[in-house]
Amino acid sequence: MSVEAVGVGRRYGRFWALRDLTLQLPAGSITAVVGPNGAGKTTLLNLLGGLLPPSEGELSVVGQRPGNDPGFLAKVGFVAQDCPLYNEFTAEDLLRFGRQLNPKWDDALARDRLDAANVPLRRRAGRLSGGQKAQVALALAVAKRPEMLVLDEPLASLDPLARREFLQSLMAIAASAEITVVMSSHLVGELARVCDHLVVISGGHVLIAGELDQVVDEHRWVTGPSADMATLPDAVDVVAESQHDRHSRKLVRSPGPLLNPALTVSPADLEDIVLAYLEHVPAREPAPAVVR
Amino acid sequence: MLDFHLDAATGQAPYLQLVQQVKQALRLGWLQPGDKLPTVHEVAASVAINPNTVLRAYRELEREGLAAGRPGQGTFIQRSLSQVSPSAYGTLRRRLERWMVAAREAGLDDDGIMDVVRATMRSASAEETA
Repeated sequence: MSVEAVGVGRRYGRFWALRDLTLQLPAGSITAVVGPNGAGKTTLLNLLGGLLPPSEGELSVVGQRPGNDPGFLAKVGFVAQDCPLYNEFTAEDLLRFGRQLNPKWDDALARDRLDAANVPLRRRAGRLSGGQKAQVALALAVAKRPEMLVLDEPLASLDPLARREFLQSLMAIAASAEITVVMSSHLVGELARVCDHLVVISGGHVLIAGELDQVVDEHRWVTGPSADMATLPDAVDVVAESQHDRHSRKLVRSPGPLLNPALTVSPADLEDIVLAYLEHVPAREPAPAVVR
Repeated sequence: MLDFHLDAATGQAPYLQLVQQVKQALRLGWLQPGDKLPTVHEVAASVAINPNTVLRAYRELEREGLAAGRPGQGTFIQRSLSQVSPSAYGTLRRRLERWMVAAREAGLDDDGIMDVVRATMRSASAEETA
């Protein structure tokens, strides 16, 4: 397992930004962390990257407790939101720093990546496009040959073409090295094709965590006469429902098939599932105080 | 080389979409036995898709005997699905195009054309079994 969390929480003063996080992510998995703004995504990623210690619980990342020690930081590549780079330096400068700071630095890999993404090496970072900056940040994170990449909202500030190019780069990296990737987004659609695991959080709590295909398989829309809909088997969880005069429609989570012939069962797509959970978020306790 | 693509609107699992695209290419004769499929790395990087999804699609094609992996070389097509020769296929397609022109001139739209095709296919197969 690349990530093992048991009962992990992080508090800022009296405010819990993340609570009761229990999670396992296998080595080589690509995980989307999805939730609205302020859900706790950045807190989770900062915990994984060793930038913040948990306030409670047990957290293990790439086999050790995350923290500010060189052994851990060499194993995890972290790209913060909006890919901050030093504006005055060129990609060439940044590669040189990376080489000097990281014993396992793979310069050829970084140059191949930047070359494939058509990033000019001698232009100052402040003059690169958003997409090019993201590619530089990714190349720098990957060149230290980490076991895990943590990317906070890597697509948020990119236009559709730059998003596609960024995901192409990321998938090329995932295909050529054994690497675990965790990335956050407030949208699930664009990550569905690149991820195999999903974590949905809202209000500091995990709503769904698991393998993407399994999440999709276990959820389905059920429509039928209200009388039949009222007596679904016990193993079935109702995520969302809409009641009409004589029939009702529910999004349910059920490990097995539903056999009642009076019901019409149809597959649910990932976006429907995530939105249904986010619309039915448990209230946050205690009331939000000052964050960060 | 085959160009894969993903269509989010189909609601079909991405790995199945890749499998279907290979099968379609086999039925239409675009892919032949001995042809090499793009590498997992190439597909992941060009389509921007999880490499495990590509692997899963290739494993499914291997399971069905349509493709085989050769260690260190890649995945190769083993058998064809095309039911007619390329020239017969071309002839059939040209006739269908002529029919479609006639159908449009008669005022049918895409949905109307598909309705006629489906209905005809159903009644033809019913006659065959009768």
